[in-house]
Amino acid sequence: MSSIEERVKKIVVEQLGVKEEEVTAEASFVDDLGADSLDTVELVMALEEEFECEIPDEEAEKITTVQQAMDYINTHLES
Amino acid sequence: MNGQLDNEVALVTGASRGIGAAIATALGSAGATVIGTATSAQGAEAISATLAEAGVSGRGMVLDVRDAEAVNNVVAEIGKTEGNPGILVNNAGVTRDNLAMRMSDEEFDSVIDTNLSAVFRVSRAVLRGMMKARRGRIIHISSVVGLMGNAGQVNYAAAKAGLGGLTRSLAREVAPRGITVNAVAPGFIETDMTAALEPTQRDALTGQIPLQRLGQPADVAGTVVFLASPAAGYITGETISVNGGLYMS
Repeated sequence: MSSIEERVKKIVVEQLGVKEEEVTAEASFVDDLGADSLDTVELVMALEEEFECEIPDEEAEKITTVQQAMDYINTHLES
Repeated sequence: MNGQLDNEVALVTGASRGIGAAIATALGSAGATVIGTATSAQGAEAISATLAEAGVSGRGMVLDVRDAEAVNNVVAEIGKTEGNPGILVNNAGVTRDNLAMRMSDEEFDSVIDTNLSAVFRVSRAVLRGMMKARRGRIIHISSVVGLMGNAGQVNYAAAKAGLGGLTRSLAREVAPRGITVNAVAPGFIETDMTAALEPTQRDALTGQIPLQRLGQPADVAGTVVFLASPAAGYITGETISVNGGLYMS
């Protein structure tokens, strides 16, 4: 079983078509990884699928970096 | 089979009769696997029978497009069985005609719900699969009435006109993912609905149509197949009239 960090990074790499080494914890999806608004929606949908959860819009808006995504998953899931 | 839609999965709402049935058969004849929906089990069986008779792969399913949960369930089930639909035809629609002064809230709201809100719900349900696939075709069946208006149909005309804005906005949103969104606006087509007309009404109607005949369901289906085909890949956000010249914009 891979860690949450690995799973989140794998999704970011797949969704945004970026290189693994670019996906640092501090990386911002929009500013550093070139995501547009559709990309960020798709990213959240992919996270929801991977971790079998529902991320409300007001929470999703706050997830702008890789670290924030990992933090959200860590606090909201015990898997 | 001319095969231009081979390996495609198409979802057609309201496919048990009239224009929807013609669209389902035409998409299937072009090679797509077709799932047609109807509100009753009897309607769904009729769709399965019609498709089988035409040698088309696919089936009928029961769906009330007003029920958001049922919409999501049907799309999920198709995803598991046939694969995520790459073609969606929002055809299901109803009329509840009345003069505005006599029209109840219920008559107005129910037509908006089925003909406009449900189109949004079904489109949203299939978008996830299309976004992932980076391709898709969404085609709404509008009406000439949405463009020119019609006495006794403020509800229907409002819903059909609303589809134009929905089409253009959704087209802009999903274009970067290779998904096109268009509408087809039929004029008066020979279906159960127009069969109810008196001969005099029919003659009066035909007199207004430059091509001097009512349309056939196949006329509409042909345009839908074109919009679903690779040949229409550069068309999006458009409403195409199929009305014999009744209304030209």
